[in-house]
Amino acid sequence: MKVCITARAAGTDAPVEQRFGRAPYFVFVDTETGKSESVENPLVDAAGGVGPRVAQLLAEHGAAVLITGQVGGNAARALEAGGVKAYAYRGSGSVADALAECTAGTLQPLSLS
Amino acid sequence: MKITIASGKGGTGKSTVAANLAYTLARSCEVVLVDCDVEEPDLHLFFPASAVDVPVTTPVPEIDPARCTLCGECGKFCHFGALSVLKDRVLIFPELCHSCGGCVLVCPQGAVREVPRTVGRVACSRPLPALTLISGVLNEGEVQAPTVIKAAKMLAEGHPLTLYDASPGIACPVIETLEGSDVCVLVTESTPFGLHDLRLAAEVAERVGIPAGVVINRSDGQDEATLGFCRERGLPILMTIPFSREIAAVQNRGGLICRDLPGWEERFTGLFSEIVKIAGVSL
Repeated sequence: MKVCITARAAGTDAPVEQRFGRAPYFVFVDTETGKSESVENPLVDAAGGVGPRVAQLLAEHGAAVLITGQVGGNAARALEAGGVKAYAYRGSGSVADALAECTAGTLQPLSLS
Repeated sequence: MKITIASGKGGTGKSTVAANLAYTLARSCEVVLVDCDVEEPDLHLFFPASAVDVPVTTPVPEIDPARCTLCGECGKFCHFGALSVLKDRVLIFPELCHSCGGCVLVCPQGAVREVPRTVGRVACSRPLPALTLISGVLNEGEVQAPTVIKAAKMLAEGHPLTLYDASPGIACPVIETLEGSDVCVLVTESTPFGLHDLRLAAEVAERVGIPAGVVINRSDGQDEATLGFCRERGLPILMTIPFSREIAAVQNRGGLICRDLPGWEERFTGLFSEIVKIAGVSL
């Protein structure tokens, strides 16, 4: 399963970014292989409509789970329609920390609707 | 002649100037007053009358699922996030769409077509024998102000004398309002904020290539900074309205100072003469 974590920089040591659409990086971690891929957000300075476009980016990378601080209404609709489960991480830890908490089942699901 | 009344800063008195100028001019000729502040139109408060509504629509995409192969081209093309191509369907966010039509063009399957969506309305009324009021009204939650402004301006086309009351700021709605105007009246107030935004608005008028002049509203008599700026930029002062409790009282009850206070009809007639001078065109 692929998990996407919003991050301030590349790599699993990077701090988690609370914003979804405007996150500087998306770190995709394959929980089976443990391999990670960091994708720079091309929409970080876009004018608007970022949420649904980033949701499409997640769909393209095959993410089934998202860990982030919060998501807006349009992004939530796109994520829900795309079958992505979103979890809230409000701590100040790294991508790896957030993923560990998610795996341990201590993260609350983000209500998308 | 087409006159835009703009300001940069909000609350400087655009609508006051537009309403009083329109009333004064309508005493002697046909005038069309267009409320282009479509997010918060207020000119109807000065001119209560029953209105006829015309809906304003904008084209938005619709996907034919039978033809769509979920290739993702439309979603990649859209700069506004109006289409999300997911695994099993295309999600459309009509309120994010700017109606550019690009998704229709890039779809290799011809699966996208455009359907109209209502984003606002234009209300037309005849509050005085020689005054037509056309108010653009953008529906709540919508962002396409320029679409409604365009529709309102189109309904006013063909009239010899039109006043456009712009929205505050200097963004797309103001530029849409300014397009095609012969002259721009910038209403300011003698505060640091008023001057700051006057600077921006004057620059916009200059870039769009429209001659401009300034009305100083709520003047406390200490307008040196504004006067200095106008001198430096070659902007004529068309009129000064003093900071006065009497004027505020008329304004607050939805009255018109040119009708309710002595001497002001003449002063607004004078404002029009000044506008004609800088416009370089006649009626």
